[in-house]
Amino acid sequence: MTVTLRVNPIACAGHGMCAELLPEVIELDRWGYPILTSATIPRSLLDHARRAARACPTLALLIEEKAGKHR
Amino acid sequence: MTMSTTRSAAMTRPMAAIAPVPAATQLSGPRLPRLLAGLGRAARLEDHERQYGPLPAHGPSSGRCGSRSRGRPDRLIDVVEAAGLTGRGGAGFPTGRKMRSVAAGSGRKAVVANGAEGEPASRKDRLLLTVLPHLVLDGITLAAQAVGADEAHLCVHGAEGALLGRLAYALAEREAAGLDPVPIQITGTPGRYVSSEQSAIVQYLNGGPGKPTFSPRRPHERGVHGKPTLVHNVETLAHLALIARHGAGWFRGAGLPSATGSMLVTVSGAVTRPAVYEIEMGTTVGEVIMLAGGPTEPLQGLLAGGYFGAWLPAEAAWPVPMTHASLKAAGGALGAGIVVALPATACPIAETARVVRYLAEESAGQCGPCRLGLPALADAVAGLAFSGGRERSIEDTAALIPLVQGRGACRHPDGVAQLVRSLLTAYPADAHRHEWQGACSGVRHPPLLPLPADAERDWDWE
Repeated sequence: MTVTLRVNPIACAGHGMCAELLPEVIELDRWGYPILTSATIPRSLLDHARRAARACPTLALLIEEKAGKHR
Repeated sequence: MTMSTTRSAAMTRPMAAIAPVPAATQLSGPRLPRLLAGLGRAARLEDHERQYGPLPAHGPSSGRCGSRSRGRPDRLIDVVEAAGLTGRGGAGFPTGRKMRSVAAGSGRKAVVANGAEGEPASRKDRLLLTVLPHLVLDGITLAAQAVGADEAHLCVHGAEGALLGRLAYALAEREAAGLDPVPIQITGTPGRYVSSEQSAIVQYLNGGPGKPTFSPRRPHERGVHGKPTLVHNVETLAHLALIARHGAGWFRGAGLPSATGSMLVTVSGAVTRPAVYEIEMGTTVGEVIMLAGGPTEPLQGLLAGGYFGAWLPAEAAWPVPMTHASLKAAGGALGAGIVVALPATACPIAETARVVRYLAEESAGQCGPCRLGLPALADAVAGLAFSGGRERSIEDTAALIPLVQGRGACRHPDGVAQLVRSLLTAYPADAHRHEWQGACSGVRHPPLLPLPADAERDWDWE
């Protein structure tokens, strides 16, 4: 299974919660908007990613889980 | 780095803006003109049909098995794929593939002809719609039948009152002749630069303000009124109208095997005859400049592909074929076929600074990195251009590029990033000189790249 993170840039208001909860793959730019340092995340971070997505006040962090070739 | 002119030195100063509808001419090669064959004499339906032949009823008949292919309007998709036609709006996506994916969707479909032409340095769509409206309208009808659409829209900039009137007249002519089984609706869209982006057009047709949207569903899956929607540039549809008449082999008879057919280009800047020209795909950049009468003075570079395109030094650009692949490999872009010739007396940094400021103001302001990043980038480029002598101003400019690249819902920030990146790549010595010695004399050159006057711009979304 591949877990992909995406930011809806229209919904994102730069609250920065995601970077607090998922610093492994999310940094903030100079204006406070998230930069994903990696589009896919390891399974070990899935729970943290889900928590970050739920914590986003504008629901702008999207997690897409796709079944991979071998699972 | 200059390119000497082969014409005797010229009389005219480079135009700061292109005439609203330039007197277009075309390359008189053996295979051209095609689209522009009826230029100046085929605006009326009767003359259009005399010039190009009547609208084929169900896509082209293919010689001997023609009778069997009738009644299968989607056969046109096969022909378009075989012709190798690609989108002429800038992205260059294969037209047939796009049509096939829309046709494969469920239920009734929608077709949108994009003639909104938000790019100030492009005039080709306006020209086509003004002087050859029936070629575009034929293409809309053929595309609508091919993909199974029950509605079709032609979108143009809403401020173009005269053009909207001409198009309404052309539609009335066709209605009287019963040419368009799928009704075509003409819509005037907002004049914002980003409003000609396809998701923005679809949003406008759905009752929104005409801003780009972020959706996992692309217009070809879910577009106008929720239907799978085919969005094509108007020039693409005009080519389709000719392919339906003459077939794939005819289309491939011009251009290169890898980039087929002809295309319209808008040439402006320091050339003798700034205008829209029809060229074969693969014509070199230098030939295009010469087609426009040659440079009016020595050139230092070219802007290829428009404001989301790239600067190229003139010497490097001269032999490059006008195709997406070749221009991209050379560090440029084909875009919607825009070439602006930059004279040695002008300053590419000042030109870029004005355009980046304009593009920053044209942001829909929906995405933080675009809303905040583009003005910062505009400030940085303007600082380098006009108040040089500041340490680190190149570094500051370059640092902003990755902060806007790929960070919007649409490609607006990406286009600006590409333009600024190409400036630093094509003119490193100029940038360095500005940084260390201050502005060059070229910043006093009258603005070359056309920008709409403030009074003509839409500032509000309401």
